[in-house]
Amino acid sequence: MNVNNESMAEPAIDIEDLTKDYPYGFLHLKKRRSLENLTMQVQAGEVFGFLGPNGAGKSTTIKLLMRLIFPTAGSARILGKPISDIAMHRDIGYLPEQPYFYDYLTAAEVLDYFARFHDFTTAERRERVQRMLEKVGLESVGRVQLRKYSKGMLQRVGLAQAILHDPAVVVLDEPMSGLDPVGRREVRDIILELKKQGKTVLFSTHILSDAEMLCDRVGVIVGGKLQGVGAPSELVGLQAQGIEILFELPASGATGGDLLAQATQTGDRYRLQVEEIGLYAAMQRLQAAGAKVLSVTQVKPSLEEYFMHLVEADRAQAAAVEVRPK
Amino acid sequence: MTRIGTVALNTFREAVRDRVLYNLVFFALVMMASAILVGQISVGIEQIVIVTLGLSAISIIGLLISVFIGVGLVSKEIDKRTLYALLAKPLRRWEFILGKFAGLALTLTVNTAAMSAGLFLALFYVKHSIERADTAVLVAVYFILLKLALVVALAMLFSCFTTPLLAILFTAGLYVAGLFIHEMRGMQSGLIDPVLGRLLRWISYLLPNFENFDVMGAAAHGRVIPGMLIAENTVYAALYCAIVLAVAMAIFSQRNLK
Repeated sequence: MNVNNESMAEPAIDIEDLTKDYPYGFLHLKKRRSLENLTMQVQAGEVFGFLGPNGAGKSTTIKLLMRLIFPTAGSARILGKPISDIAMHRDIGYLPEQPYFYDYLTAAEVLDYFARFHDFTTAERRERVQRMLEKVGLESVGRVQLRKYSKGMLQRVGLAQAILHDPAVVVLDEPMSGLDPVGRREVRDIILELKKQGKTVLFSTHILSDAEMLCDRVGVIVGGKLQGVGAPSELVGLQAQGIEILFELPASGATGGDLLAQATQTGDRYRLQVEEIGLYAAMQRLQAAGAKVLSVTQVKPSLEEYFMHLVEADRAQAAAVEVRPK
Repeated sequence: MTRIGTVALNTFREAVRDRVLYNLVFFALVMMASAILVGQISVGIEQIVIVTLGLSAISIIGLLISVFIGVGLVSKEIDKRTLYALLAKPLRRWEFILGKFAGLALTLTVNTAAMSAGLFLALFYVKHSIERADTAVLVAVYFILLKLALVVALAMLFSCFTTPLLAILFTAGLYVAGLFIHEMRGMQSGLIDPVLGRLLRWISYLLPNFENFDVMGAAAHGRVIPGMLIAENTVYAALYCAIVLAVAMAIFSQRNLK
């Protein structure tokens, strides 16, 4: 029953065939497609990482969701409401990429300004502003004008204004950008805390280790097209690279034959990578050679390798299109 | 309404923090110097000189603020991307435009009111009294404010779809053209081709008529400004602003931000 309910539950973010063309050239007659028929869902309560190289369409997708730009085709819904519905904005928080705020205001004033667009009492507003400043570690500089802030500090202000009103859905465009390792750790902690609170988080990033660490699922977008969606472990599992056997040879000088030529030696130990189908044969030969097998593990690529594989495939396809004779 | 007010107050705060109102110091110095100078060199026409000088300064300073800050109201927010986080809040784009307009209108009102107080102080210095006829000066100041509101609306409209430089040029161009409405209407009398004359006449009705807001001469001479003109100018400015802002809001509501 519960499973059925979950599968029937409406996704927090539901994107359908979203396409965006940018006009360019004289009189804007030419069009460059930035996003092509993007269809994906982000389930309620999940942390979803949106991965892709520069210019892949990550920020375009996020800007479309925030109605900063308008789609050429397709539609999207957040929490069941179409993105054109202004009421939807009460329940979403958004951190723009490389955020910049009114530099004549202090962090406390900026947060107070943004809080005024929600229905808080004056006391609630003050309490929330103070709480957010503490949360992002800016309480000691909350009364300093933003023109004196570093990039990392502005990023923290951006994060604070995104979650100030306790939104159900938080959309973060490159939240780790410009942050030092300490700042990145703090942002990661905030995302994990949001997850604990049951919030839905969609964030774009270049930093794959962060995505691997934080995300329930990731979507990889390359060249404006969604190339893969799933849990990081599932995605890299699709690219399994074989089996690795770790073994030692007896000191009596037994020979491993041609298997040894394929293995990599580290001290007394050898690592041998074989196809899954050839595992049984390799084990028999190692046994015959008197080798002591220490471990047998499946080799999976990292998310980065999976990501690079998709990027290179896209580049190869683009190059093939370019050289194709007219 | 609250959201429009929030944007408006922030726009006013920006003007104050960016020291826009520092121009008042310059204006005060001009008025003090001219009052002292005029008191010494002109006999019998002190009021005319002081009022003309004061109203001209109020108008020019106001126009500079209206055009340059008016154009930046939208374009600066887009260029600096301060608008991104703001539009993700429950704020409609038309509310943002109205709030920005109201904020600069408030700034101009405070600025103009302070300068008018300076003008009356200078008048009092040279005349040692303020008379009932001097209310014409207040009306002239009110007309300047109406004119400035119209210029701000135009500047915002242009900045919604073009670059800041072009928006400044278009606004300034329309303002200058709007000062010659009567000449445009008068050109049809045999001096030019009748078709061109009719075209100019049509254009003259479309262009903002800034000539109607100029009552500097009457104010300087203490002449009464008819109530009908005050009503007409008020309605004209309100309607023209509403139309221009409606177009600006329609354009901005469809605009893709970078």
